[in-house]
Amino acid sequence: MPTETEEIETLANREYKWGFETAIEAETVPPGLSEETVRFISAKKGEPEWMLEWRLKAYRHWLKMEEPHDWPHLKYPKIDYQASSYFSAPKPKKKSLDEVDPELLAVYDKLGIPLSERNALLGVEEKGQTPVAVDAVFDSVSVATTFRKTLAEKGIIFCSFGEAVREHPDLVKQYMGSVVPYSDNFFATLNSAVFTDGSFVYIPKGVKCPMELSTYFRINAKNTGQFERTLIIADEGAQVSYLEGCTAPMRDENQLHAAVVELVAMDNATIKYSTVQNWFPGDPKTGKGGIYNFVTKRGACRGVNSKITWTQVETGSAITWKYPSCILQGDNSVGEFYSVALTHHFQQADTGTKMIHIGKNTRSTIVSKGISAGQGQNTYRGLVKILKGATHARNYTQCDSLLLGDQCGAHTFPYIEVRNTTSKAEHEASTSKIGEDQLFYCKTRGIALEDAINMIVSGFCKDVFKELPMEFAVEAQKLLGVSLEGSVG
Amino acid sequence: MALLEIKNLHAKVAVAGGREILKGVNLTVNAGEVHALMGRNGCGKSTLFQVIAGRETYEVTEGSITYEGKDLLEMSAEERAREGVFLAFQSPVEIPGVSTDYFLKAAVNEVRKHHGEPELDAMQFLKLFKEKRELLEIDQSFTRRAVNEGFSGGEKKRNEVFQMAVMNPKLGLLDETDSGLDVDALKTVAKGINTLHQQDAHRALMVVTHQERLLKSIVPDFVHVMVDGRIIESGGKELALRVEQRGYAGIEEEVRQGV
Repeated sequence: MPTETEEIETLANREYKWGFETAIEAETVPPGLSEETVRFISAKKGEPEWMLEWRLKAYRHWLKMEEPHDWPHLKYPKIDYQASSYFSAPKPKKKSLDEVDPELLAVYDKLGIPLSERNALLGVEEKGQTPVAVDAVFDSVSVATTFRKTLAEKGIIFCSFGEAVREHPDLVKQYMGSVVPYSDNFFATLNSAVFTDGSFVYIPKGVKCPMELSTYFRINAKNTGQFERTLIIADEGAQVSYLEGCTAPMRDENQLHAAVVELVAMDNATIKYSTVQNWFPGDPKTGKGGIYNFVTKRGACRGVNSKITWTQVETGSAITWKYPSCILQGDNSVGEFYSVALTHHFQQADTGTKMIHIGKNTRSTIVSKGISAGQGQNTYRGLVKILKGATHARNYTQCDSLLLGDQCGAHTFPYIEVRNTTSKAEHEASTSKIGEDQLFYCKTRGIALEDAINMIVSGFCKDVFKELPMEFAVEAQKLLGVSLEGSVG
Repeated sequence: MALLEIKNLHAKVAVAGGREILKGVNLTVNAGEVHALMGRNGCGKSTLFQVIAGRETYEVTEGSITYEGKDLLEMSAEERAREGVFLAFQSPVEIPGVSTDYFLKAAVNEVRKHHGEPELDAMQFLKLFKEKRELLEIDQSFTRRAVNEGFSGGEKKRNEVFQMAVMNPKLGLLDETDSGLDVDALKTVAKGINTLHQQDAHRALMVVTHQERLLKSIVPDFVHVMVDGRIIESGGKELALRVEQRGYAGIEEEVRQGV
């Protein structure tokens, strides 16, 4: 009979299956960061003067800032910002989908992301699924955006950020930096200086986006950071659901991913933003390599009755540092945060949310599920701030941790500030361990170890998974299974 | 060939210097038989069941268990389950967020896959669950709830027997399934167990109980009394009555005096 330990070792030796590297001819600038680099990126993207000025302002501010080491519950060496390259683009950049390098299409195909609209449409008929429009970002540039015509008919703009800067400068000028200012924090400021591409979405008044929008981020080039920027605006009464996925090859060195996402919801608008983050987590045995995922995500519920929902499934990265937040400015606006964060082997995560209640009757819900296995360290950090004018505001927070094994850690840092007497904040927290008794119970029903763990973990995450769009939920569940392989001993 | 043959079974808690709990158990169970296992708390009854079911927190140091002629100790816990060994737990654990329906579908399909049978579809499950629910008089809402989560003690026990009914094992090990049940619940559960026993003349049951009362409803072919990790006395159903009258100490005394 194979012992549990042997069984686990076999499973643990499986590889990160998205870890392949594609030999694609790329134009990559030499490593290093200076004003010249910023100017180079801006020139490379054919940006107008105002954009360059904004970048430079950010860069100069960044020079005065310090990498956060004191407050996050994370251990990482000081990052050498001169060692990495800030721009890498597969060349040459094509204009339409038909002209995209077939090799690139093959990469996305291998990742299971359809970039051919024809196939995607066929898929619809076959499986009865709703089509998903995809913006594919490969290293520093967007290589393709699908279903643009269908969306344009409704007045929806879905394009790469670079293109938005050129084609829709007024919208970009009006909203960029309005939720996450260029001076916000060390990593957001760095991003503001050197961001390369990302997605831009504008949903006009009263329009309900007819399909899921999605961006798939792929880091391929070596020694390159990825700094994308996403801006989503839902005008009055608009509705949109947006998905984000990411992977990277396996490498020995750490690569930096510092993204900024800004969401703006006007009166009665709804934005649902879902992430399945699966960056390379580093070598499972040594902890070497992996992505440093330092991301700033924030949404502003500017209008009355607006709603922003963040759902994230964070299974990858060596380090995850992100706090998707909501500024609940409009009266009756709603902010939600549903999170599953998994740390296995040597992964570390410090993640959570901020809910800032400004308007009256604003409501927020936080459901955080942290799973730690191996030597993983998982931290929930959250702030619920109810300002004086936010009368009758409500918050509900549920924060659960699940431990697998006895070398991992779960930590919780909730901050609650309530400045009026009519509001209410509730916080519930639990920590549990997948017990040998639960696993044995499953086994006596014929369910093997790995399936038992997946089942227990899925049950634990159910409240979050049900917030994900159907197909993504299935994907997320599988991913969790793969990420947890070999986690119980 | 016996369904289950236990010979000189010794087992200890699987840690360095772990306490020996089973100290030479011998027992033969044939297909279709009902065995009752009685004894004081801590005498090793539950441990025996858990060792049969394959719990790795116990280490078998000596002896053998043969099941349908195969070495049971060579099989993993899940293989034993798929081969038809079922343990109804004394204190079943909760699995939050996983519905009983979903859990049991996975379980049944694992067994079917193991035997090269096609997996059941949703309709077939619906039918199977309905039939077994009726047998144990449980409501449909019951199986939609997460496994044992927020269940009362009685509901948990009922759920164990329901699972056994669905899994349709060859050997059912019922660990104090009667404890914590009120009179009515006990009747229902006993009726359920009896029906399961009658439905399949080859199914064998082993029942751990402290109450002779249960053995009035589920009539055993054999009764065993366990003391300190060994079976010291075996007999027919009348042995349960002797235990009831004289207590375990009385039986021990009789055995010692060679009565």
